[in-house]
Amino acid sequence: MKKLFRKMTAWLALLCMLGLNAVPLVAFAQDKAADAPAAKADEKKDAAPAKAEDKKDAAPKEEKKEEAKPAPTPNKGDIAWMLTSTALVLAMSVPALALFYGGLVRSKNMLSMLMQVFVTFSLITVIWCVYGYSLAFTEGNAFFGGFDRVFLNGTFDNIKGEFAMAATFSKNTPIYELVFVAFQATFAAITCCLILGAVAERIKFSAVLIFMVLWFTFSYAPIAHMVWFWMGPDAYTDPKVVDAMNAKAGLIWQWGALDFAGGTVVHINSGVAGLVGAYLCGKRLGYGKEAMSPHNLTMTMIGASLLWFGWFGFNAGSALEANGSAALAFMNTFLATACAVLSWTFGEWLFKGKPSMLGAASGAVAGLVAITPAAGNVGIPGAFVIGLGVGLVCLWGVNGLKKLLGADDALDVFGVHALGGAFGALTTGIFNHQSLGGPGLVTDWVTAKVGSTPIWDQFVIQAQGVGVTIVWSGVVALIAFKIADIIVGLRPTEEVEREGLDINEHGEAAYHM
Amino acid sequence: MKLVTAIIKPFKLDEVRESLSAIGVTGITVTEVKGFGRQKGHTELYRGAEYVVDFLPKVKIEAAIKSDLLEQVIEAIEKSANTGKIGDGKIFVFDLEQVIRIRTGETGAEAL
Repeated sequence: MKKLFRKMTAWLALLCMLGLNAVPLVAFAQDKAADAPAAKADEKKDAAPAKAEDKKDAAPKEEKKEEAKPAPTPNKGDIAWMLTSTALVLAMSVPALALFYGGLVRSKNMLSMLMQVFVTFSLITVIWCVYGYSLAFTEGNAFFGGFDRVFLNGTFDNIKGEFAMAATFSKNTPIYELVFVAFQATFAAITCCLILGAVAERIKFSAVLIFMVLWFTFSYAPIAHMVWFWMGPDAYTDPKVVDAMNAKAGLIWQWGALDFAGGTVVHINSGVAGLVGAYLCGKRLGYGKEAMSPHNLTMTMIGASLLWFGWFGFNAGSALEANGSAALAFMNTFLATACAVLSWTFGEWLFKGKPSMLGAASGAVAGLVAITPAAGNVGIPGAFVIGLGVGLVCLWGVNGLKKLLGADDALDVFGVHALGGAFGALTTGIFNHQSLGGPGLVTDWVTAKVGSTPIWDQFVIQAQGVGVTIVWSGVVALIAFKIADIIVGLRPTEEVEREGLDINEHGEAAYHM
Repeated sequence: MKLVTAIIKPFKLDEVRESLSAIGVTGITVTEVKGFGRQKGHTELYRGAEYVVDFLPKVKIEAAIKSDLLEQVIEAIEKSANTGKIGDGKIFVFDLEQVIRIRTGETGAEAL
């Protein structure tokens, strides 16, 4: 600890000296301090136009260096990996999350859980292609994107047979924008599906659909824009354009928050919305009096395992390229999850008496959640600490914290996703530092120079990102659930709830025995 | 004729069946049941939620026998279903008025 502190102090001192000595550079250094952290947030947008402009501007000035090169074509390995990743992330929702959640509810509500996940996934995918992608990943203001890509307009010129390009994190390394659209669609959809666990067994199917449209539009899309939208590395052609380009990025990206694959956008966002939903829907009938034990933990185990499998696409795919960053994210996803399984299991054994299968499966999900923002942003030491830590944090989340909150968050969406996501987002700010084995971040996108932000600074930036997400999602969820309540009502009748949602809302039963 | 009904621990079913076959019982009916007795239930813990499970799974066997086999049958079940721990179950004995084999129409002890 002392060593760490000394290192941090040294860093701070060094930065101060740089600032004082290099007077002419002060302005520039400040710019950097502002931009620098803005390293590896996920995403991007149509860099193709931006790139074309660069070429025109840059070519006359730097003729010698850059002969008019043809526009870079996507690397086939990158495209193959991103297509594969997209399919992997799809499998995380259907069937993985559906089975994970389904196994945890009572058998009379099994199909309602599966249906809510299945249809929400489809609904969000459709909305994503209609306007969601455009709202999240095109240029607009610091909070929302624009409408350039409504109905995916402009991603594919069918007459010329040309595909628009999306930027990755490396210069001159685009991928087809359609691949990016599809990859991000699976993120949007699973985020919405995650919320369903908190209101399980007692919400009307119609209310789910209304809520999802509203919450996706006013919480998912803007948070994704704030955290992940930027102009792409190719837009940073000259130190002079840095400010202008940064100003076009999303708010939280501008602050420099790191979120590799969605600790804020996916997990805190959905976890907070879930908690609000649990409060507004109220407790399940008989909560605290009747047994509400999971009806099939075998399915829960299968679901958790498939989540782990699909999460390689989620995290390693978020590198957007088949490169070292993807390899790092892959290994961290693997390792931190195993660590969290162990820490939850042993923690439960110690404090609760028995190591349970549900505990191990929950530990896996907690580990996956926490390593999500960190995946390509920390090194192996970070994966060990984050994994081991989050298992215990979330074990408390579903026990002590749950009692404190007093809501019937049926499947612990807040205790695992919001808490685990926040833990991961904050620790990312610590373990990103190169002195702690992290890869650091790009401090200057013009030269793609990599460095580290002082740990405390980065931690504070991360905390700001977490805070904005909590408040934003909480407020939007409150309004969206209220609107759904006014239109169709959130709760089914007592009789329907007692008999089960499967028979009454969907007209079928999961099991015939 | 007697009808012997026994509630036993599920994992003891095979031993009980073997011991009954060995003394000449020609058929039994088995049902999976739930209930409670002195053993009461147990608690299950799912994440933060603790539930008391009041009814424990048991197996109910029913055997229709000739009256002179009764002592042997009771002894066989008692021995084979015994673990010495709470929850081993109970044996109930009823008088059996009539038995009819549906296929042949035989009645009484002939039909057993």
